[in-house]
Amino acid sequence: MTAKKEGKLGEALRRYRLLIAGATLVVLVMLFGLVGRLFVPLERAEVGAGRPAKPPSAEHWLGTDQQGRDVLADLIYGTPTSLRIGVIAGVLGVTIGALMGLVAGYSGGIVDEVIRVIVDILLTIPSLMILIIVASMLGAVSVEAMALIIAALAWMWPARAVRAQVLTIRERMYVQVARFNGASNLKIIVGELLPNLAPYLAANLVGAISGAILASVGLSTLGLGPMTQPSLGLTFYWAITYGALIRQMWWWFLPPIVIIVILFLGLFLMSQGLDQIANPRLQSRA
Amino acid sequence: MQGRWMNAGQCISIALKFSEVANVTIGYIVRRIGIFLLIVITAVTINFFMPRIRSTNPIQSRLNQLAAQGGVYENQIQELIKIYNAKFGLDKPLWQQYLIYWQDLLRLDLGVSVAFYPQTTLEMIARSAPWTIGLLTVSTLIAFVLGTLLGALMAWPRTSGIATALSPLFMTLSAIPYYLVGMLFIYLIAMRWRLLPVGGAYSAGTNLSLSWQTALDIGRHAVLPAASIVLSSIGSWGLGMRAMMTTTLGEDYLHMAEAKGLKPSTIFKDYALRNALLPQVTSLAISLSLVMSGAVLVEVIFGYPGVGNLLFKAIAGNDYFVIQGIALFIILSIGVVLLALDLLYPLIDPRIRYRQG
Repeated sequence: MTAKKEGKLGEALRRYRLLIAGATLVVLVMLFGLVGRLFVPLERAEVGAGRPAKPPSAEHWLGTDQQGRDVLADLIYGTPTSLRIGVIAGVLGVTIGALMGLVAGYSGGIVDEVIRVIVDILLTIPSLMILIIVASMLGAVSVEAMALIIAALAWMWPARAVRAQVLTIRERMYVQVARFNGASNLKIIVGELLPNLAPYLAANLVGAISGAILASVGLSTLGLGPMTQPSLGLTFYWAITYGALIRQMWWWFLPPIVIIVILFLGLFLMSQGLDQIANPRLQSRA
Repeated sequence: MQGRWMNAGQCISIALKFSEVANVTIGYIVRRIGIFLLIVITAVTINFFMPRIRSTNPIQSRLNQLAAQGGVYENQIQELIKIYNAKFGLDKPLWQQYLIYWQDLLRLDLGVSVAFYPQTTLEMIARSAPWTIGLLTVSTLIAFVLGTLLGALMAWPRTSGIATALSPLFMTLSAIPYYLVGMLFIYLIAMRWRLLPVGGAYSAGTNLSLSWQTALDIGRHAVLPAASIVLSSIGSWGLGMRAMMTTTLGEDYLHMAEAKGLKPSTIFKDYALRNALLPQVTSLAISLSLVMSGAVLVEVIFGYPGVGNLLFKAIAGNDYFVIQGIALFIILSIGVVLLALDLLYPLIDPRIRYRQG
């Protein structure tokens, strides 16, 4: 940090500027869905709410799609669906991953070996591929089912990251001291390991959430997601199915792209910011 | 090394070197091959059980779909299902089906397409794989070279403002999924400005002969899909390289090189870049192994006739044997490339020795 005198708030703002900028963008996207639904009723996002394929007008700010849905309403109700899948899958994935990583790193031996082989195998197979197979075999899935499927394949990176961290933290002096003082394993894990892992877990969580949103939007775009509830991916699916690109119906496919860009950019900045906090070596250069 | 081709002596010396490495690492090789076999078994087993967990029969759902499209009678469908069930062995007990599935796989029999009946899955994959491999390999390599250079320049203290100014742009692009960039390209470049074709891999009615015209046509069709992949992956290559460069720049031998008074460009090229490059090359190999599964949605959006598009059509047409076949094919191709990479890596990087322990 510079030697210049600054207020505490100013310094915090500077230090965490990536994190703050990212969080602001993400909150903006969340507010779009949450505040929007106070003004726009769900009926407008349903088939036949307006005349089909009309460009933006005073009545439909973002026009209507081929089946007469109001695009703005569709996005207002669709964005939170995609966010929800991402958050459920991300939280579940990181929780499972952290547990696996803790167990593997802390206990070592055969348990560690087995978990490592499982993680290695699952990381080799591209998860989008497995998701595509599973989703296409299961047929129509609900939002929660989709989140579960994605979570089942989102825990490996966190598990690996946590395990690596646990291996180094385990040998640090303060953990040794706690052990010599007769602290139980559980106490060491909860009291010594977890607090030190927190920044890593946070960075991993953001990464997992953005990966899960990416996966869910991708699957829905392929027509493999929940088909009855609006979501960003489903909007793309219909837009592609009805040739919105060829017919230059920009009001239909541009707004969801803008939302996704803002969302992913926000999550990306957040994870970069958290990374800086977790690895102070990066900070001096930023 | 003289010329492009290795002579016999070099081949032998490489073989000797490999066995030398292998001597120390027999345990490692066995372990690595074991993991590969586990991957194959897991993939095949998932592939086998997935459709069977579902309560409906894949053939029945496909035929129902056909019935909905054009009047086939219900009793005819039941007949057809019986015939198909016997044909595909779906009336036998599960463990027997599982064994038969393995037998078929070992004979490279991935089943036939239900939607395009007489065609086999293998034929369909063989026809679309070259397009995917070509598109993805070229764009991965371009993205790798550009991104790595950009990342190296970003970490280098003497870099002019251009690289530093460009980097936020590529970081932003890297946060966007490939296919959304592709959608923007189609809308702006292909539809509005009509500069390049909207989709497909070649103009309709082209007979694919070896000529400059065909090559140019294929190239023109590949520009937009390739560009959308390149633009959105440059950023992550750059980030990786920047991190490696930063670490390398702190090493003692770089200070030594500076103290010796070497030219900055020499230090950059021969000391910093080279050493930071190795992990990047590993990532490159891994990305190349993912080529087959790389860009399903890009292919779908551009109507590119590759494996991803085939998969999309198979999903839409409930064509389960094709879906399974593609999934298996992709997983196997990744497994093979990664296995080869892990076995060859000690030759590339002498610092790596896989000893037990």
